[in-house]
Amino acid sequence: MSFSHLAHTLFPPSVRLPDILLIDVGLVLAGLGILGLLTKTRRWGWLWREWLTTVDHKKIAVMYMIAALVMLLRGGIDAEMLRAQLAAPGAHFMPASQYDEVFTTHGTIMIFFMAMPFIFALFNAVVPLMIGARDVAFPRLNAMSYWLFAAGAILFNLSFIIGGSPNAGWTGYPPYSELLFNPGPGENYYFLSLLIAGMGTTMTGINFLVTIVRMRAPGMTLMRMPLFIWSAMVTSALVLFAFPPLTVALAMSLFDRVFGSSFFTLAHGGMPMMYVNLFWLFGHPEVYILVIPLFGVFSEVVATFSKKQLFGYPIMVVSILAIMFLSYGTWVHHFFTMGAGPGVNVFFGLSTMLIAIPTGVKIFNWIFTMWGGRVQYTVAMLYQLAFIPTFVIGGATGVLLAVVPADYQFHNSYFLIAHFHNVIIGGTLFGLLSALYYWWPKMFGMKLNEQQGKWAFWLFFIGFWVTFTPQYLLGLKGMTRRIYTYPSGLGWHNLNVISTVGALIMGAGFVVLVFNLVWSYVYGERDLTGDPWDGRTLEWSLPSPVPEYNFARIPVVHSRDAWWDMKQKGQSLAALRPEDVHDIEMPKNSPIPFLLGVAFFVVGFGMTFKWWPIVIVGGLGIVLCLLFTGFDYDDHHHLQADTVRQSEASLGRLQG
Amino acid sequence: MLPMRFKKPYRKLMLVAMVAGLLSAGCGQQYVMLNPAGPVGQKELHLMILASVAMAIVIAVVFVLFFYAIIRFRDKPGNTAPYRPDWHSHKWLEILWWVLPAVLLTVIAIPTVKTTYALDRLPKSKQKPVVIDVTSLTWKWLFQYPGQQVATVNYAVIPTGVPVLFELTADSPMNAFWVPQLGGMEYTMPNRVLPLWLEASKSGIYAGRSGQYSGTGFEKMTFNIKAVSPQAFQTWAHETHSTARPMSMYDYNQLLKFNTVGTATYSNYPLDTFPTIASGFTLNGTGMYMTMRNKNSITYMPMSAKP
Ligand code: HEM
Ligand SMILES: [Cu+2]
Repeated sequence: MSFSHLAHTLFPPSVRLPDILLIDVGLVLAGLGILGLLTKTRRWGWLWREWLTTVDHKKIAVMYMIAALVMLLRGGIDAEMLRAQLAAPGAHFMPASQYDEVFTTHGTIMIFFMAMPFIFALFNAVVPLMIGARDVAFPRLNAMSYWLFAAGAILFNLSFIIGGSPNAGWTGYPPYSELLFNPGPGENYYFLSLLIAGMGTTMTGINFLVTIVRMRAPGMTLMRMPLFIWSAMVTSALVLFAFPPLTVALAMSLFDRVFGSSFFTLAHGGMPMMYVNLFWLFGHPEVYILVIPLFGVFSEVVATFSKKQLFGYPIMVVSILAIMFLSYGTWVHHFFTMGAGPGVNVFFGLSTMLIAIPTGVKIFNWIFTMWGGRVQYTVAMLYQLAFIPTFVIGGATGVLLAVVPADYQFHNSYFLIAHFHNVIIGGTLFGLLSALYYWWPKMFGMKLNEQQGKWAFWLFFIGFWVTFTPQYLLGLKGMTRRIYTYPSGLGWHNLNVISTVGALIMGAGFVVLVFNLVWSYVYGERDLTGDPWDGRTLEWSLPSPVPEYNFARIPVVHSRDAWWDMKQKGQSLAALRPEDVHDIEMPKNSPIPFLLGVAFFVVGFGMTFKWWPIVIVGGLGIVLCLLFTGFDYDDHHHLQADTVRQSEASLGRLQG
Repeated sequence: MLPMRFKKPYRKLMLVAMVAGLLSAGCGQQYVMLNPAGPVGQKELHLMILASVAMAIVIAVVFVLFFYAIIRFRDKPGNTAPYRPDWHSHKWLEILWWVLPAVLLTVIAIPTVKTTYALDRLPKSKQKPVVIDVTSLTWKWLFQYPGQQVATVNYAVIPTGVPVLFELTADSPMNAFWVPQLGGMEYTMPNRVLPLWLEASKSGIYAGRSGQYSGTGFEKMTFNIKAVSPQAFQTWAHETHSTARPMSMYDYNQLLKFNTVGTATYSNYPLDTFPTIASGFTLNGTGMYMTMRNKNSITYMPMSAKP
């Protein structure tokens, strides 16, 4: 391969646009800056020991959260670009081909590389603490999940500077994603990065399912689990059964593109409809994977800040389980317009309406949790308060979409776009931000500034409605999704301008949020009690930030809201007697997960460009990593009781 | 005291009223989904309205409870509202909010089922339906009239008051055929023929576009459906058939190029360019997907009651 050919493969015209070149320069400078800083402050060893090789769920949580926030920035910039292009009829803010890439990366990143890791950040940060465990069931697997996610995310984000981004939408439907119509490496990036990250996700699902089933503190029966734990468990189960169809669909598409098979390509009798089915067989449970964890968050937040027990706990559990089962039976509502026939369409329309019932029930339970309580308007709670009305409206428009003949009109219009942003921003994003404010003191040891947080909140909330109300109306005016531009005279212009203004307001919200995080990290009020919100669940019984081993002594649980109950009875975990502390077995750091991530990245990158020697090298790396980890029995160490006593004493939690 | 309390929801109500006002006022014409020009769009609009009303009831109930709760039970000094930290269940309330949504959804579900089945059947009509074979190409639309033996590109003419059966396929990646004022969309897929019937009750020009992204020129896949009186339609078809130039295989192959084109009119077209039953599925060598060696691999999705 000649040099110029290589240069053209890696840097085709689509990645030589001025804005992208500018970003290239910025990235190189930033990269050099970081490398220089690490070298100058002699932080390499620290980085390796404390972060890259860690298996501590709390640190993995921090890494997930940083990644998610960076991806929120990237996806947000994509969104602002899309809105800029749509702000005027006939605009050429960017070329059509770039617009197609940007809406593809926006959707893919927000769902797979922002929302998912943010949710896993919460699982990692909170689940072991809430159930009174010292780590997850498989700590090393947990680190592997993270590094596979990271490998996938980096691979995906590389596409826009090397080789070109995918451009077939976040759903990647064939035939358009076929080699015939899409010859560049972009779609390879898409399939490979989602495959790699998806493997990590599946492993996370297994890990948390086992953790929650097996590692709860004594006395924490199923019906005493906090609702966040229920939601984490149900989400893990959903992941476990939803990701395999996706993996299959992605792998088959990849085979079609890279090895010339025809699972979905028509040339030799493949069936694109099969992809569509497999994708949504994953896709619908996925939308609930994206929201159920936040149902859990809201259930904790609303109880804490209403100073009241959660209303209707058994109903909350039943409804979450009902949603889990039903969500596997609704996927065809994403393609009522593909000629499935009235019988099939009616079945899936009705099943979709059915799933709205348990979803609605939860709303009433949250409202009645506040009823008779004392509602504190903290930032975490404000997101909850914004969520309820927003999500109800989003759910209602979802029901409109489930009305099959109405969906014939709504499908693929901006009405659909408005619906899912209504539920994903109103449910998922607001929930994530609520959780961020709620658990930040536990993760980092300081509170986020409430005043700044309120600014960010109002910008997000108002910005959201200003952005998406016009999009509902644009849908009614016949504007379809993914269009690059539109002529004037259809009455679409003004509404699009309003929508773009809303997007800018949300962008401002993001800026304030980041300022809030950085400011609070430096100047924020330290959380000395470990229980800044007067919380109800076990994580608040620990100091903030939490010591490596979490619990010096595993607590015994006697009721729901275990920590609240202990406080009512005047008990505390802080009054530890020295003889209660024993040696603790802790998992040992390992470089394998990180190296495995690197190996997968190498395979992914090589296969994107079909450079087989690189693929083979990466493949060997994977095999070696798995062999090493398989025969590595030296995977834990003992924390001496004395060390634990010292540490607890320094936290003022030891008697005598 | 009371007005203060309801300030916020009141403002929201104002907003709703304003939007409703806008919709019904002059610019309402542009809300194509709300201005159907035929029975299919009309039926779909009816369902939208019914479902919206039912959902508005849910939204109203939730909003009232919600705003009452967050105002009444706000944690501020001197709040006299009862504080019951351990109140956590109420059998009848809980039953009520399973039942209320269930009832409202049933109200929506029954007509949904009925209409879905109704739209799948051509209506009984005195006139025979006009059949139009639609092929989406990259990035244009080809309309072929097997009954009239004419073909058009990027526009079509239909008679008013007569059901029109669109048979949809693609010789390109998928697209979706959508004329919002006439009714909802249906995909065009290579290797498949999907039926969709629509009808215009009054003459006019109805804008259509593709609802499914298919590449860089996709937003230009717009077309007009001209609805004219049945007589005018007959005249148009006759004239076109006798005066326009026939479409050749060369013309069709030109259409397969990845580009956008204007409108065109043809007096006839090569049979093999659409997988009709009449042509016995013999699609040889005419298009990207039409090279199927095995004609049986094309799925023909019939209407429940084909004419
Ligand atoms: C009451 C509950 C809900 C109902 C009845 C509902 C119904 C629907 C229906 C019928 C569609 C398909 C519309 C079409 O393609 O024409 C849809 C699309 C979608 N919904 Fe929902 N939905 C609900 C809740 C949610 C939630 C909670 C989420 C995510 C957090 C969500 C995310 C989405 C997404 C992402 C799409 C579109 C995907 C795409 O085409 O790109 N929905 N919803
Ligand atoms: Cu769905």
